[in-house]
Amino acid sequence: MLTEYNVEGGDFTRAGYASSQIKKTLKNLNISPEIIKRVVVALYEAEVNIVAHAFKGVISADISNSGIKLVLEDEGPGIPDIDMAMTKGYSTASSRVREMGFGAGMGLPNIKDNADRFNIVSRVGEGTRVTIEIDFAG
Amino acid sequence: MKISKICELVNGSIVCGESKKDEEVEYAFASDLMSDVLTVRSGNFILITGLANVQSVRTAEMSDVSFMLVCRDKEVTPAMIEVADESNILIVRSPFSMFRCSGILFKEGLKPVF
Ligand SMILES: Nc1ncnc2c1ncn2[C@@H]1O[C@H](COP(=O)(O)OP(=O)(O)OP(=O)(O)O)[C@@H](O)[C@H]1O
Ligand SMILES: [Mg+2]
Repeated sequence: MLTEYNVEGGDFTRAGYASSQIKKTLKNLNISPEIIKRVVVALYEAEVNIVAHAFKGVISADISNSGIKLVLEDEGPGIPDIDMAMTKGYSTASSRVREMGFGAGMGLPNIKDNADRFNIVSRVGEGTRVTIEIDFAG
Repeated sequence: MKISKICELVNGSIVCGESKKDEEVEYAFASDLMSDVLTVRSGNFILITGLANVQSVRTAEMSDVSFMLVCRDKEVTPAMIEVADESNILIVRSPFSMFRCSGILFKEGLKPVF
């Protein structure tokens, strides 16, 4: 089952909508609460990153019997140094983003912690693609 | 600790989710940084925060947190209440600061997550 959601950069009132929809879908599929939390926490952090740091993006969620694969692809400034971005506490968030409650520099490391498989590729001046895979069993 | 007791202790009023006021919670976590909240693996805590916007409620939703305490009489907006109601989240609003709320509740026995 494949679903797609559009995400607008800067639109903090809508940030989390896609994560919320996917949470409902997983609940209906009777996935365990522990797994659902890992999925939606990782997805929400990645969704907020598009809102906070990029211009716009698309989330695609592919749910199978064995797990979920989330791909978040954005058009934005990209990430010049991914190792640096993955460091806990590193953030370039604007003051506006900080006022919204983000910018701790903990999102990307937490996405990685929650994912069974995690990948990030980015081109400066073009955009970023984050892939998160979480298995339903074990 | 019963939510109604928490409410009394912090001079709070329940803004939404009133039907959950007799439920119990054992732990609390206080933060204005939502990514900090999102690192907590369990959902069995009340979120004490000074951040009153849709994202603090979304953070509770993603974290499976059922109770929020908004400090300093920050306005809980209709958009926040909408998201909270949809996810069955109770919100208490208190005139006290985050420090004061946390101090009182810690002293009365609410446990820290870390
Ligand atoms: N989609 C993206 N496009 C461009 N830059 C990004 C993107 N995602 C992350 N970054 C960069 O990586 C940094 C670290 O991201 P991370 O999610 O860990 O922290 P943050 O978003 O700054 O704060 P928070 O703790 O609220 O997530 C960001 O500050 C930003 O510089
Ligand atoms: Mg982030």
